Amino acid sequence: MPTLNEYLLMSGLLFSIGLAGVLLRGNIIIILMSLEMMLSAANLALVSFWRFGGGGGLPSDSYSPQVMVFFVITVAAAEVAVGLAIIVALFRSRQTVEIHELSSMKG
Amino acid sequence: MVIICRNPVSSALSLVISFLGLAALFITLNAYFIGIIQILVYTGAVMVLFLFIIMLLDIKADNTNDWNIPAIVGTVIVVFLLVSQLVSVLHAFKAGSQPMTVLPDSYSSNDVKSIGLEIFTNYNFHLQILGVLLLVATIGVVILSRRQSKETEEN
Repeated sequence: MPTLNEYLLMSGLLFSIGLAGVLLRGNIIIILMSLEMMLSAANLALVSFWRFGGGGGLPSDSYSPQVMVFFVITVAAAEVAVGLAIIVALFRSRQTVEIHELSSMKG
Repeated sequence: MVIICRNPVSSALSLVISFLGLAALFITLNAYFIGIIQILVYTGAVMVLFLFIIMLLDIKADNTNDWNIPAIVGTVIVVFLLVSQLVSVLHAFKAGSQPMTVLPDSYSSNDVKSIGLEIFTNYNFHLQILGVLLLVATIGVVILSRRQSKETEEN
């Protein structure tokens, strides 16, 4: 059976892939997708701590972690909606989604 | 795959695959409700929204082959530091090396009922705040897209 460390390692790797995507890519939409991936990695860590939280490899009695994951998913969905609306507005005024060409706020 | 593919559509479809895998991981963790929510919300709604926006804006794959060298070096350093730190922490975390035990038959895994009870009793106020947040997000999206179209009409 898998251990808690394996799930945490999986979550950390998913977070790292999302971080690499945010740092590497220039396309705003892909940056937003990588952010979603990082949020999901945090959710995976939360759920795996819940599953191993009861001691002896049994789940915890409390369902608060899953409620928190539910809230995180909801907030992430709202964030994606707002972010994509901003991207559409940006695209209408600038005709691009590349961050290198959106440097008008540079000091 | 998500970050390597140059075409945004193939990145989005790879992200769908990875979210499905993540939902499978949730289900192996006996969190059936969260797994189903993951499939419904992420791969159902959010990714359809992403694909819709990509198609709407008609974004082509960037054919520019110039990777930003300092960005790549910085990313490799940061990610390497993160992963090595993670591995060392997990190596020292002895409590996490205990294997998962199979749930006994007497264990009631009625998690939808339990989560619903938890949400509507202990976390009722948080749920209402979340409703207000979703309302504000909806209004914000509508205003964002309306104001823009009015400006273009004036232009």
